[in-house]
Amino acid sequence: MPTPTTSTRSDTDLYAPLSGVPLTAGQLPRGAAPLTLLAVVLAGVALWLSGWNAAACAVLGAITYTLVVTVWSRVVEGSRKATDRLVTAVVTCAFLLALLPLISVVITVISKGLARFDAEFFTYSMRGIVGEGGGAYHAIMGTLIITGLATVISVPVGMLAAIYLVEYGRGKLAKAITFFVDVMTGIPSIVAGLFAYALFALFFGPGVRMGIMGAIALSVLMIPVVVRSTEEMLKLVPNELREASYALAVPKWRTIVKVVLPTALAGIATGVTLAIARVIGETAPLLVTVGITSSDNFDPFDGRMATLSVFAYNSYAHPGFPADAFTDRAWAAALVLIIIVMVLNLIARLISRLFAPKTRG
Amino acid sequence: MALSTERPSPRRVPQRPGDRIFSGFSTGAGVLILVALAGVAAFLLVEAWPSLTAPAEDISGGEGLVLYVWPLLFGTLISAVFALVIAAPLAVAIALFITYYAPRRLAQALGYLIDLLAAVPSIIYGLWGFQQLAPLTVDPTTWLSENLGFLPFFAGPPSATGRTMFVAIIVLAVMILPIITAVVREAFRQTPRLHEEASLALGATRWEMIRMAVLPFGRSSIVGASMLGLGRALGETMAVAIVLSVSGGVTFNLIGSGNPSTIAANIALQFPESTGLQVNTLIASGLVLFAITLVVNMAARAVINRRKEFSGAN
Repeated sequence: MPTPTTSTRSDTDLYAPLSGVPLTAGQLPRGAAPLTLLAVVLAGVALWLSGWNAAACAVLGAITYTLVVTVWSRVVEGSRKATDRLVTAVVTCAFLLALLPLISVVITVISKGLARFDAEFFTYSMRGIVGEGGGAYHAIMGTLIITGLATVISVPVGMLAAIYLVEYGRGKLAKAITFFVDVMTGIPSIVAGLFAYALFALFFGPGVRMGIMGAIALSVLMIPVVVRSTEEMLKLVPNELREASYALAVPKWRTIVKVVLPTALAGIATGVTLAIARVIGETAPLLVTVGITSSDNFDPFDGRMATLSVFAYNSYAHPGFPADAFTDRAWAAALVLIIIVMVLNLIARLISRLFAPKTRG
Repeated sequence: MALSTERPSPRRVPQRPGDRIFSGFSTGAGVLILVALAGVAAFLLVEAWPSLTAPAEDISGGEGLVLYVWPLLFGTLISAVFALVIAAPLAVAIALFITYYAPRRLAQALGYLIDLLAAVPSIIYGLWGFQQLAPLTVDPTTWLSENLGFLPFFAGPPSATGRTMFVAIIVLAVMILPIITAVVREAFRQTPRLHEEASLALGATRWEMIRMAVLPFGRSSIVGASMLGLGRALGETMAVAIVLSVSGGVTFNLIGSGNPSTIAANIALQFPESTGLQVNTLIASGLVLFAITLVVNMAARAVINRRKEFSGAN
C-alpha cells in the first residue's frame, strides 16, 4: 500500500487515499533553498580562504547547490517540481555568469586607466612626445568634433525619415524603408568605414583621410538607430492630439511640428543620446577614414585627426619606448571613453524617466 | 434641402505649401536612407572592381582573390558561429530570468545592466580580452588539449599567450549576448498574459508554464534574434583584431597559436598600411562581408517580422 513519503500526519481527510493516490504532495520545508544556498556560499568562501582558485570555488558552489536542491526536491517533491527548481538555478546562474564580464571589464579599465588619468592627459596632445607624458587632448577634441558632426547629419535625416514613416508613409515605399532601416542597424561598422572611404576616394583620389569621412561613416551607423527610436516614440503620441489639432484647422505640418514632436521630445532625446553613445566608441570606421595624428587638428575637412578610440588602439598596437607609457595611455583613453559612454547612458535614462510622455490618464 | 443632400465634392482640401515642403523633406529623408544603403553596395563595388579584374598573381598572397578571401571568410564564419552557440542559450536564459524569475522591482534595473554590456565600446572588449581574459585561458586550454585533444577543436598544441580563436569566440559571445537578450526579452514580454495564467491555473510549475506557453510563442523571435547576433558577430572588428594572434591558414583548432583571421579584423589590421591594389582587395573582402551580413540580417528581420504579423498577441 502506498504511503505518503514525507508527512507523518495521517489524521486529515486529505490523506484518505483516493483509489490509492494521495491528494497532497510532499514539499520542501520553507527556506530550504535559501539555507542550502547560504551553506554552499559559506563552504565556497571557506574553500577560497583555504587557498583555492576563486573561479573554481564559484563553479563548484553553483554545481553543488544545483545538484543538492534538485536531488532533494526530486526525492521529496517529485520530478516536476525538481525540474522547475533545476531550471530556476540554471537560469539564475546564466544571469550571474553574464554579469562577470561586465564587472571584470569595469574593474580592469578603472584599475589600469587610473595610472594616467591626470591633468596632463586632458591638456596635452602627443606632439613631440616620444616616451612618457603627453596626453589625449587632441583625441578627445577629435572624438567630440567627429561625433558632433555625425549627430548633426544623422538627427535631421533620422527624425524626418521617422516622421515620414509614422505620419505620411503608406504602401510599399514605407514598408521598404522600415525593413531596410532594420537591416541597416546590422551593417558592420568596418563596412560603413569602407563605404565612406570609397565615396571620398572617388572624388579626392586614393589614400584620402578627413574628419568628415569619419562623420559620414558614423552617420551610416547612427541614422537607423535614430529612426527606430524616433519612430517608436512618435507612435506613442495619442491620435486624439492630432485629431484635436486638425479639428482646429491646423495644417498637418504644423500639427507635427507643434503638437506631435513636443509630446515625443523626451523619448526622442533619449534615443538620440543612446545613438550617440553607440557610435562614440566606434574604432574601426574611424581607423580607415580618419586615421591618427599626434598633433592638434580640429578641422574636419583637412587631413587626419585623432580620436579617442583610435588613439587607444594605436597606443596599444604600435607602442614606442617605453611600451608601458603607451599601454598606460591606451587604458586611460579607454577609461575616458567608458566614462563618456556610461554618462551618456545615464543621461538617456534620466531624460526618459523625468520627461516620460504621459500616454494615459 | 439641396445643400445637405449634395454629395461632398471630390476635391481634396487644398494642400498648403508648408505641407508640401514638409512632406517632401520627410519623404526625401526616407528615400535617402534607401539610397545610402544602395550607395554602400555601389561604392564598395566600384572601389573593389580593380581587384576583381586584376590577374591572380597581383593580389596579396599571389593566388588570386578567392584564395585570399577564403581563409578570412572561414575565420569569420567559425568565430561567429561558435560565438552564437555560446551566446544564444545564455541569452534565452537571461531573458527568462529577467522576465520571469527576477524580483519584479529589480527586473528593469537588471535589464539595464545587461544593456550596459552592449554599451561598452568594442575596443575596450579587445583590450580586456587581450590583457585580462587571454592569460586566464592558458591553463584551461592546456587541460582541454590534454584531455579532449581527440576533438579537432582542441587539437593543440595550446598557445602560450592565450591569444587564440577560443578567446576571440568568448569575447564575441559577450558582445552579442545583450543584442540577442534584448530582442528575446521583448518577445517574452509580449507573451499573452492569459496563456501564462491559464497554464499556471492548470497546475503547471513555472518551468512548465514557460515551456508550454512562453517558448512556443517566442520561438521565431529566438531564431531571429540569434541571426541578428550572428550578423553582429560576423562584422565585429576591433575586438578580434586585438585579441587574435593571426597566422592565416584554415584550421578548426581553436586553441593553437596559429589562427585564421576574420575579414573585418584583417581590414582593420592591413588597411592603414595598404596602397594601390591592396586597398582594392581589402574593399573587395569588405564587399563579401557586407553581402553576408546583409543576407543574414534580412533573413533575421524577415523571421522576426513574420512573428509580429501572425502572433496571437494582436
